[in-house]
Amino acid sequence: MSLFNVFDIAGSGMSAQMLRLNTTASNLANADSVSKNENDTYRSKQAVFATLKNDFENESGAGVKVTAIVESSAPLKQKYLPDHPMANEEGYVFMPNVNPVEEMANMISASRAYQSNVEMMNTSKQMLLGTLRLGE
Amino acid sequence: MRFDLDKAFGIHPSGMLLRSKRAELLANNIANADTPNFKARDIDFKKAMQQALEPNGVGQLKTTHSKHIKTGGIEMGNLSTELLYRNPLQPSIDGNTVDSHLEKSEFTQNAIQYQASVNFVTGKIKSLLTAIKGE
Repeated sequence: MSLFNVFDIAGSGMSAQMLRLNTTASNLANADSVSKNENDTYRSKQAVFATLKNDFENESGAGVKVTAIVESSAPLKQKYLPDHPMANEEGYVFMPNVNPVEEMANMISASRAYQSNVEMMNTSKQMLLGTLRLGE
Repeated sequence: MRFDLDKAFGIHPSGMLLRSKRAELLANNIANADTPNFKARDIDFKKAMQQALEPNGVGQLKTTHSKHIKTGGIEMGNLSTELLYRNPLQPSIDGNTVDSHLEKSEFTQNAIQYQASVNFVTGKIKSLLTAIKGE
């Protein structure tokens, strides 16, 4: 029954968008986490989406999944703050490569996509309930 | 007079089957609205319906040998149609061809047309019940 598959598809979409929203929240929360050296600095995390396939013969997909969470390779921000307790010998502190504007756009996009999936699930629920009431 | 339940409901059972399959396809498009390189798929509903009504007409390529390459599509009972790719109006930089507004409107339209079929079948069942009861 294809309509039941819509629930799985919408569910996978909701879970993927939720994960994306989580990484965005983590990025925004850590936007100002400073550190002494380059290796310990927080880097912006991004979710990678891919189509979920149920089997090889059926070409149509069966939802979406998050294959990996990658760290951004953008250069870290360095700030010259010699009085900062975390400053290194040269007086620099390292800031994460989080772009708050980009993250806000990501957040809105993820929440809108989540809403679309919820609406889709609701619509297919109405379709199924209508079919169950057939003949009444 | 011979009575055939399949004929009583007309094209609606095939229509509903196809509509529910199309709902799945469109749901997958919407769920993958942010997936890089995802290509939106859909079916030609009119063609698929014609195929369902005239099973001997031109349809999908048949695979009669294990080494034949499958074209990919839907096969359910007397329904068989191939999956097509949607032509994007504004291609995005990540290779995704989903226009979420278009997909959403198609999904809603599809749901309403499914509901219309449900209503037609309900009406048919009601009139059949009236005939059976003879009240």
